[in-house]
Amino acid sequence: MIDVRGLTFQYPSGPSFTFPDFSCASKEHVLVLGQSGKGKTTLLHLLAGMLRPTAGNILIQNTDITKLSNRELDKFRGREIGIIFQTAHFVDSINVIDNLMLSPFLSGKKTPLEDAMAVLERLSVAHKAKEKPASLSVGEQQRCAIARAVFHKPSLIFADEPTSALDDKNADQVIDMLEEQAQQTGATLIIVTHDKRLKDRFQKQITL
Amino acid sequence: MRLLKISWSNIKHKPLNTLLSIVLLAFGIGIISMMLLLKAQISEKFDRNIKDIDFVLAAKGSPLQSMLANIYHVDVPTGNIKVSEAKRIIKNPMVAEAIPLAYGDNYEKYRIVGTNEKYPNHYGCTVAEGNLFAAPFEVTIGSSVARETGLKLGSTFTSVHGYDNAAEDTDAHHHQLFTVVGIFARSNSVIDNLILTPVETTWMVHEHPEETATGDSTSVDSTHVEPEREMTAYLIKKRNKGAFGMLSKQTEDTTMQLANVAVENSRLMNNFGLGLSTITAIAVVIMVISFISIFISLFNSMRERRYELALMRTMGGTRATLFALIIQEGLLLVSIGYAVGLLLSRTGLLVLSKFMEESFHYGLDNLAITTQELALLGLTLFVGLLASVIPAWQALKIDISKTLTNA
Repeated sequence: MIDVRGLTFQYPSGPSFTFPDFSCASKEHVLVLGQSGKGKTTLLHLLAGMLRPTAGNILIQNTDITKLSNRELDKFRGREIGIIFQTAHFVDSINVIDNLMLSPFLSGKKTPLEDAMAVLERLSVAHKAKEKPASLSVGEQQRCAIARAVFHKPSLIFADEPTSALDDKNADQVIDMLEEQAQQTGATLIIVTHDKRLKDRFQKQITL
Repeated sequence: MRLLKISWSNIKHKPLNTLLSIVLLAFGIGIISMMLLLKAQISEKFDRNIKDIDFVLAAKGSPLQSMLANIYHVDVPTGNIKVSEAKRIIKNPMVAEAIPLAYGDNYEKYRIVGTNEKYPNHYGCTVAEGNLFAAPFEVTIGSSVARETGLKLGSTFTSVHGYDNAAEDTDAHHHQLFTVVGIFARSNSVIDNLILTPVETTWMVHEHPEETATGDSTSVDSTHVEPEREMTAYLIKKRNKGAFGMLSKQTEDTTMQLANVAVENSRLMNNFGLGLSTITAIAVVIMVISFISIFISLFNSMRERRYELALMRTMGGTRATLFALIIQEGLLLVSIGYAVGLLLSRTGLLVLSKFMEESFHYGLDNLAITTQELALLGLTLFVGLLASVIPAWQALKIDISKTLTNA
C-alpha cells in the first residue's frame, strides 16, 4: 500500500529531515509519533504529495507519487487521499454539504450526495448540512472535516494531530470515529501525533 | 456543484466589498452608456429632422438659431421675411423644393405652424385619422400633440401668441377657433410635436391685430392696401452642388439670410459633443477607480482565502481550477456591474426623456443596446480580466504545505 524509501526533505534555508524507511499494508492503521520539530507534519505533507521530497521515493498503491506531474499529483491526492488537518477549515462561503461535495467536484471522482449525507448522519452532524461552517461549534466542525475526508472513500486517510486540542473523552471519541470510518471505507489510516494518550490504541507505530 | 456556484457564493459572502465594486462600476458604465445613447439618439433624431433639408431661408440673425428654430422647433425664429423677397430666391432653378413655414402661435406650448402638404410629406408623415388641413383654421396635429393635449378629431381651440410660452394674460389669446381635422401617424420627426395648418391661417390670425383687438369696424381705412405677406422661413432642398454660394449671394442686400444646415448642425454637434466628452471623461475616471476597487477586493479576498484555496488543492483541485475560479469571480463582478450600469443608463434616459419631452417636446425612445455598448462590454470584460489576473496568479503560487501548516 505505502512504501517509503530513503526519504529526506530539506526546507529552503531551514531544517532538514531524514525519515526512516517504512511500509504499511492496505487497511492498516498506523500511528506516527514524534516530539515537536521532528518533522511529523512534514512527513504527512510529503506522503500527501503537498511537498516534494529532496530525495527518496514514496509508493502509494504502486504509484511513485514523487514522479507525478503537479496536475497528476493534485488529481491523485483528490481521489486517493483524505486529509484531516489539526484545525478544521472550510470554504466559508458555502454550506457544509457543498463543502463536502467540493471534493468530488474538484477531484472528478464521482461520489453521490447520498454518500456525503450518510457519513454526516453517521457522525451525527447531518442536521448541520445546510449551515455555513462558521456557525458550527468546533466539535461539529471537526466531525464535518472528518466526514469530508472519508465520504468519497479514499484509499488513504491522513490525520494531523486530530486530538491535540481535545480532552480525554473527546480525544477517544475522535479516534473511535476515525477508526470506524476508515474501517467502513476500507481505507488505510495514518495518524500523526505527539499525543501519548494514543500510544496504547495502535499496534503499528512509527516513531520519528 | 459547479465552479460558478462557488464564485457566486464567494461574491455574496462579502456583500459590502461586492457592493462597492459593483456600484462604482455600474455608475461608470451607466454614465458612459447613457452618453453613448444620448449622443446616438440625439444625432439620429437630428438627422431624421434634417432629412435632406439643405438650407434654411429666414430673417438675418444667428444661422444656428435659424436652424434650431425652423428645423427642430426648439428656439425662437430670427424674425419674419417678406414673401415677395423670398420668391426671388425660391424660384431660382438651383432650388429643388422650398417648404414654407409661417408661425407665431402655440396651443399648450405646441407650435401652430402654417405650411402646406410638402412639409409633412417631406418627413413621410401620413394622416392616421381624418384629413390633411385644407382650409384656413383647419389643423392636422402631430401624434404627440394629440396624446398630450387630448385634442381629437373635431376638437376646437384658440391659440396663444408666442412660440412655446403659454401666455398667462388673456390679451395674448386670439379669438379665432381652430378645428382639428386630422391626426398624423407617429413619424418620430418634429411633426409629431407640431400643429399644422395652411399658411393663410397664420396670416389671418395676425392681420390687423389692432382692429380685431379694438373691434372698431367703422374706422376701416379706405386707403388700405393688401398687406405685404410674410413668412417665418423656407426650408430649402438644393438641386445641385454649389447652390449655397449662389443663393447666399442673392440674400446679401435683403433682410434675409441663408443658413447652411450641414455647417450649423456640425457646429451644434461639436459643442454638444464637448459637453458629452467631459461627462464621459468623468465616467472613465469612475470606471478606473471601480477597476482598482475590484482588483483590491479580489486581491484581499484571495489573501484571506489562502487557506481555502490550499484546501481546495488538497481535495484534488488543480492550479488551473483555482486560477479559473478567481478569474471567474472577477468576470462575474464586472458582468453584474455592466448589467446594473445598463439598467441605470436606461432609467436615466427615460427620466431625461420625460424631462426633454416636457421642456422641448423632444423625446428619446430607443432603449435597445447599441453596438458601442457591446464594445463597452468587451472592454469591461477585458479590464475585469486584467484586474483578476494578478490575484489569480498569486493563487497559483500558493505553497499549500506552508499555508496549511501556518493556518
